[in-house]
Amino acid sequence: MNFDFTEEQQMVRDSIARFVQDDYDWDTRKAIVASEKGLSADNWKLFAELGWLSIPFAEEHGGFGGNIVDLSVVMEELGKGLVVEPYFPTVVLFGGLIARAGNDAQQAEWLPRVIGGDVLGGFAYVERQSRFALHDCLTTATPSGDGFVLNGEKVVVFNGEQADHLVVLARTSGEQSDRTGLSLFIVEASAAGIDKMNYPMMDGQRVANVTFKDVALPADALLGEEGNALAVVEALVDEAIIALASEAVGIMGVLNTKTLEYAKTREQFGVAIGSYQALQHRMVDTMMAYEQCKSLLFKALCEYKQEPAMAAETIHALKVLIDRNAKHVFGEAIQIHGGMGMTDELDIGHYAKRLMMINTTFGDANFHRNRFVETAFAA
Amino acid sequence: MDTAYSPEDLAFRDEVRDFFQEAYTPELRQRMRSSHKEGAEEWQRKLNDKGWVAPNWPVEFGGTGWTATQKYIYETERSLAGIPNVIPFGLVMVANVIMAYGTDEQKEYFLPRILKSEDWWCQGYSEPGSGSDLASLKTKAERDGDDFIINGAKIWTTYAQYADWIFCLVRTDNSGKKQEGITFILIDMKSEGIKVNPIISIDNHHSLNEVEFSNVRVPAKNVVGEIGKGWTVAKALLAHERTGIAGVADVKRAVRVIKEVAAKEENGGQRLVDDPGFQQRLADIEVELMALEFTELRTLAAQAAGGFPGPESSLLKIKGTELQQATQELLMEIAAYYQGVLPTDLEPDALGHEFTTEARMSYFYGRAATIYGGSNEVQKNIIAKYVLGLE
Repeated sequence: MNFDFTEEQQMVRDSIARFVQDDYDWDTRKAIVASEKGLSADNWKLFAELGWLSIPFAEEHGGFGGNIVDLSVVMEELGKGLVVEPYFPTVVLFGGLIARAGNDAQQAEWLPRVIGGDVLGGFAYVERQSRFALHDCLTTATPSGDGFVLNGEKVVVFNGEQADHLVVLARTSGEQSDRTGLSLFIVEASAAGIDKMNYPMMDGQRVANVTFKDVALPADALLGEEGNALAVVEALVDEAIIALASEAVGIMGVLNTKTLEYAKTREQFGVAIGSYQALQHRMVDTMMAYEQCKSLLFKALCEYKQEPAMAAETIHALKVLIDRNAKHVFGEAIQIHGGMGMTDELDIGHYAKRLMMINTTFGDANFHRNRFVETAFAA
Repeated sequence: MDTAYSPEDLAFRDEVRDFFQEAYTPELRQRMRSSHKEGAEEWQRKLNDKGWVAPNWPVEFGGTGWTATQKYIYETERSLAGIPNVIPFGLVMVANVIMAYGTDEQKEYFLPRILKSEDWWCQGYSEPGSGSDLASLKTKAERDGDDFIINGAKIWTTYAQYADWIFCLVRTDNSGKKQEGITFILIDMKSEGIKVNPIISIDNHHSLNEVEFSNVRVPAKNVVGEIGKGWTVAKALLAHERTGIAGVADVKRAVRVIKEVAAKEENGGQRLVDDPGFQQRLADIEVELMALEFTELRTLAAQAAGGFPGPESSLLKIKGTELQQATQELLMEIAAYYQGVLPTDLEPDALGHEFTTEARMSYFYGRAATIYGGSNEVQKNIIAKYVLGLE
């Protein structure tokens, strides 16, 4: 029984923490979000050089060969800095899908490029009508000659504005909500027949709605087995949820620290507001909310590391608890900061917005509570 | 113990409903969205032409003379029609103060102008250093002949960028307790030495400001109430502000909107509105809301019987703002991925859902509701002290 991080993990953590502290202060981050591309190409190159983009990938492709705990450490630290460079869409989603479903040739072609920082990727899976149901898919890929023809629309594609390549979930057979008949494709974002509508999100991300009109795909664009993509996607989503939960835990920790500091220094009625018992108890509650999330994250990490399927139930629980406790933590952070917490200038509200996006990504608390009931009460 | 509508009440309800239907045109609705100031002023003038812009004013000053039931009906119909409340700073806040404490000259000059929406008002209470601890305010007013010279700064001033007038709490005396030596004064925003600095809030919108005063000359006749007795005036006004903040009728409308949009959202074939988890959370809100509606009615009835609202307005403020935030949160969840979309030149429909921008803005701006008008923590202090007698 041990919940310690390895020396290597501690080094990765320190290296990202140092970057955030020295090179990613609040003004720098604001300038990056407001810049034309909404990300810093130099930072992305730096992330590659420092090996952060290689963490989850196998050594044979130049990866670090890390496990879920390594990924969790990276995400937690990136979260603390509200880093907007598209680590999650490119490394966790795009790279993660190729690592899981790609054949030898695809892995050899793409993973070194992801690791080297030479590709910006995304995963196009949400549709207008789909909400959180991954299998609710109207986009079609129809066999044509040696390859496929892609038609349909994906929405809110993370990193969609800057991504040069996307993995697209499309239906190769069956009806709208069938669990079979789904396939994944690697698609060049600038291919003929693709139209992107770009727009910014409240958490600083640049996303896109992407429409595909008779987009011709070669046979080797198919990623994984035709018609059986759902299992791959669901497995990837489990890992992605743990990654996002780690990011959320990082953010909640920062919010609690900042709020505590504020409460100790802000004076009203002649004393620091932190001297009021009513506020003290509330900050005790947010501290507990954070620790509980961390504990559940650790449980998910331990189980997932042993055998991903073991974590299934915990992952639903984690999504529920993170959602609820994140709202509690940032709600109190804003409230205790008072009017200052309401300003766009202060970072508190921006942490809140990122938490809200994390909450909704791959299903909110309500969605996962239902899945938890199905899994946990089934026995 | 009776809340049944009389035939007269039912006729009144129909009259209100018909008027809103006819007067709140789609063009006006659009204008409210695109230019809040022009839209609000146009609507308030229409209301004034009808004689309904200030239902809570005494008849002698231009009020409606409605019964508590009629006021309740009016408010319910307003929110059902999706019509925002009037801008409160003039019509509700400063008007009540002027009516209760103002000189005849102040009443004659300001009240008709407020009814006609000729002046846009804003509220100068909080300061950078004094938020919840309002009485610690430092903005200084020094006597100079028939004038006061004002120096200092106010913050979180809603719509100061549009304002013709600001009502302010200023310090005229430093010698006694901090609640003493505060004076309530009306300042023309066109006066020399006033600077308005915008504050962008977390809904990415500009409604808040900081207002700086450097050597601003204000006639002493603009003082409302006695010099040095502004704290009494301020407290009475805050009670009015609180009652308005509860927004029960608007929460009812939010519940209706939630049901409408949740009926259109599906997770793999199951409508969100049929999802038991979702239903339970909405039911919890509705149950609390039903109770709060009657708490508000009880307050209204008590107010109808006499004067300013008391500490029970704090209860309304706390519960009302909590419910507002609960409905705002549900609407964000319904928006799912779209909750994060920022406004662009793109058509809302091209991005997916039309309600989501409003959901995001009201969710984030809604965080302020538990902070302004005296934070909910301060409201609990008020209840503890004045209702429960805990010192």
